[in-house]
Amino acid sequence: MEAILSRATPMLVPQCGQMQSRGMATLKEIRIRLKSVTNIQKITKSMKMVSAAKYARAERELKPARSYGLGAKAFYEKAEIEPDTTKPNHLMVAMSSDRGLCGGIHSAVIKFIKAKMEEEGSSVDTKIIVVGDKGKAILQRTLSQNILCSFSDYGKRPPIFADAALVANMILDTDYKYDRATLIFNTFKSVISYNTTELPLHSTSAIEGSAKYNLYDSLDEDVLRCYNEFSLASLIMFAMKEGACSEQSSRMTAMDAASKNAGEMIDKLTLTFNRTRQAVITRELIEIISGAAAL
Amino acid sequence: MAAAVLRQAARAPLLVQQCSRLIAASHRSYADMAFTFASPYDVYYKDAKVKQIDVPTFSGNFGILPDHVPTLAVLKPGVINVTEEDGSNKKYFVSSGSVTINDDSSVQILAEEAHPVDRLDAASIRDGMSKAQQEATSASSETAKAEAQIAIECYEALQKAVEA
Repeated sequence: MEAILSRATPMLVPQCGQMQSRGMATLKEIRIRLKSVTNIQKITKSMKMVSAAKYARAERELKPARSYGLGAKAFYEKAEIEPDTTKPNHLMVAMSSDRGLCGGIHSAVIKFIKAKMEEEGSSVDTKIIVVGDKGKAILQRTLSQNILCSFSDYGKRPPIFADAALVANMILDTDYKYDRATLIFNTFKSVISYNTTELPLHSTSAIEGSAKYNLYDSLDEDVLRCYNEFSLASLIMFAMKEGACSEQSSRMTAMDAASKNAGEMIDKLTLTFNRTRQAVITRELIEIISGAAAL
Repeated sequence: MAAAVLRQAARAPLLVQQCSRLIAASHRSYADMAFTFASPYDVYYKDAKVKQIDVPTFSGNFGILPDHVPTLAVLKPGVINVTEEDGSNKKYFVSSGSVTINDDSSVQILAEEAHPVDRLDAASIRDGMSKAQQEATSASSETAKAEAQIAIECYEALQKAVEA
């Protein structure tokens, strides 16, 4: 209910219209604006170059990570383990990062969580572990009471297994007694698209409860626990790599679009600048001529 | 006597049939043994067909042939030995990870770190070993001691892998 209320509050809409109509701006003002837009374009262009290099690396690293993730998922799919959706305590792990300026990557994850929470209704107690500052910043506005903990300083460098192990440890050690857990992250599809995906993380009790569990030979509690903990870290690793790749590709596209828009602005401003200059010259000429004629 | 021979003759095709079915069955299971062996940074096998895999786990070392009973296991530091279709052997050192054998006979081995044994450097293993031993003796807390112990075990396995 609270979520709905906070959603209904009107967003602040900037009310500034076109303050200066064309031609009214002085030459100097246009020159300053032109310069600043050119500078912005330079920045976005170089950011695009940087993220293109980072994206190439992320995509290269994604290939093995994807096979790895599929391998980690295989057991849970083949043993047909289902999360118990009737239980009320739900833990969501959101994969975001520290860096912005990358399109809707972070808000896509958060939107997915919000939609999921609305769909499940108020009977489900949802807690969220969020990896990365940007996701946390978005969540804090409306769902701050649902945040269990968060990780910052993530996303500057490509993710490594130690990062995943850290998150997995936090999930395992948390005081919050959750019945089921879900990992939410962006799956890389192509340079211009990504899918927000959910991946169930199973507890040992869910594994033991599955119909096919008895098919598996000589499993003691210890082995199962170790296995499940390692799989958790593996799945998180997989999600991190997918997320990192989508983020870099999305940043690349966003910066490319920004450079293009800046280019358009520069063209328009240059045109206005020249026209205004011409107008000023013409006006001065008229003044001189009419001055001479009056003599 | 004649009756016995006759019976034998009548059974022979049946036997052959049975045998051929057996062979066919084992062929089929070969095709089914989809073997995946990966670390987060490298993929060595992806749904590949292999003859046999020997894995070191905490519940003991064992070999995986096609149609192995489904099970789960946790890897310990050691050497994974893969016998490929053409009979050639490949050795990989793994630090830790998991082994999954599913009921469709697919095998997934996921390792935190996995490298071919010939990539290992004996000198740096010796250095690391002595460093870990030092840490084990100077460790003050229980956790630090356990960590150093794990490092020593790993280096011992590495040394064994290089020597073998």
